[in-house]
Amino acid sequence: MSDTAPLPAVLTEIRESFLELGERERLQLLLEFANELPDVPERYAVAPGLLEKVEECQSPVRAFAEIEADGVHFYATAPAEAPTTRGFASILAQGLTGLSAQEVLDVPDDFAMMIGLNRAVSPLRLSGMTGMLTRAKRQVREQLARG
Amino acid sequence: MPAPLDPSPRLAEYAHPDRLVTTAWLAEQLAAGAVGTSDLVVVESDEDVLLYETGHIPGAVKIDWHTDLLQPVERDYLDGAGFAELLGSKGIGRDTTIVIYGDKNNWWAAYSAWVFTLFGHQDVRLLDGGRNLWVAEGRELTTEVPEPAPADYPTVERDDVTFRAFKEDVLDHLGKGPIVDIRSTPEYTGERLHIPDYPEEGVLRGGHIPTARSVPWATAVAEDGTYKTRAELEAIYQAGGLGITTDDEVVTYCRIGERSSHTWFALHFLLGLEKVRNYDGSWTEWGNAVRVPIVAGAEPGEYAA
Repeated sequence: MSDTAPLPAVLTEIRESFLELGERERLQLLLEFANELPDVPERYAVAPGLLEKVEECQSPVRAFAEIEADGVHFYATAPAEAPTTRGFASILAQGLTGLSAQEVLDVPDDFAMMIGLNRAVSPLRLSGMTGMLTRAKRQVREQLARG
Repeated sequence: MPAPLDPSPRLAEYAHPDRLVTTAWLAEQLAAGAVGTSDLVVVESDEDVLLYETGHIPGAVKIDWHTDLLQPVERDYLDGAGFAELLGSKGIGRDTTIVIYGDKNNWWAAYSAWVFTLFGHQDVRLLDGGRNLWVAEGRELTTEVPEPAPADYPTVERDDVTFRAFKEDVLDHLGKGPIVDIRSTPEYTGERLHIPDYPEEGVLRGGHIPTARSVPWATAVAEDGTYKTRAELEAIYQAGGLGITTDDEVVTYCRIGERSSHTWFALHFLLGLEKVRNYDGSWTEWGNAVRVPIVAGAEPGEYAA
């Protein structure tokens, strides 16, 4: 992990769009993200076991990061009754997808703490998003090692 | 004036039938326009901080355990002034009937009910079955957020003695009365401790408080998320089960005190046990504390004084 790599453009945009809002509106924006979480591709929908369960999240969430020809893709699925988790997953799906493997590995581990949700959501809950990001990085690292 | 009681026969058998309401009763109160008055305020308390925003029971206000009830810096609850301000802002007066419901089988709803009880709010009820049952029955939800007229709630100091146990209280309680561990079996045995890739919430030691008996919270719950019948609850916690008697002083705990609030509610209000304290420090404190006794494995273990 490098401390100096700049935050990728989409993640920067997401961060700024949260920070320019008041505390209450930030929750609304997170809810919008939750509603935008894309469906997982067919191959995962038929075999959800391919997605790794993220134990840190108190809600059942499954996620997977994959290196494809056009860069990394991040897929996740979480139930409708877990909108916060869906919101976190959706931020990562939008923010990580299309990055190179190295760019994903360079995303700060504490990105979840950088988007102004500490008070509105609480650090404990945000650790669910940190867990998802940590998993995604590990999955990318494993795929790089496999070549 | 408090809201009328739910006369459902199903509730009548509990020690304090006035502490639960059914979804049908709440729907009637809604239809009668009673929700959101100074007599009756409905509160949603969820694990998921955004769930209320996706749709809630019409007229319900939101109180979040983490961002509303806990202090931002110290690990403790609001003080009397903070509590008065919070409840007043939700249109709740000292005489208002509060009906609480939430996700995850009412874990956080029970936790809020427990905190409200520490402040001595008299009329706190749980919606039996919680949010899940309300939704499963296809009852009305709205995204419209009410704007209650602020009420004047008095500043009342929290009672941290009667229903709350601190670590020192639990140490003192060892060998004197039952302790109920509400966590899952692998947490109780200590087999599950380390969560991969996840240092922050880690607990340093696994296992349970010596003599604690394992009764995972879900044991108290029927398939539809409502509490089991009184006879079933008695068979679990009293004669034929843990053997707790009405004179016993009981301590409940889990990981951070939320699931054990759900059991605290059952023991105190549904079975009528007078002396039940919830240890909110729970395993995240005990499993990290220096020089406290711990037992690993499936047996409760002995307390050697």
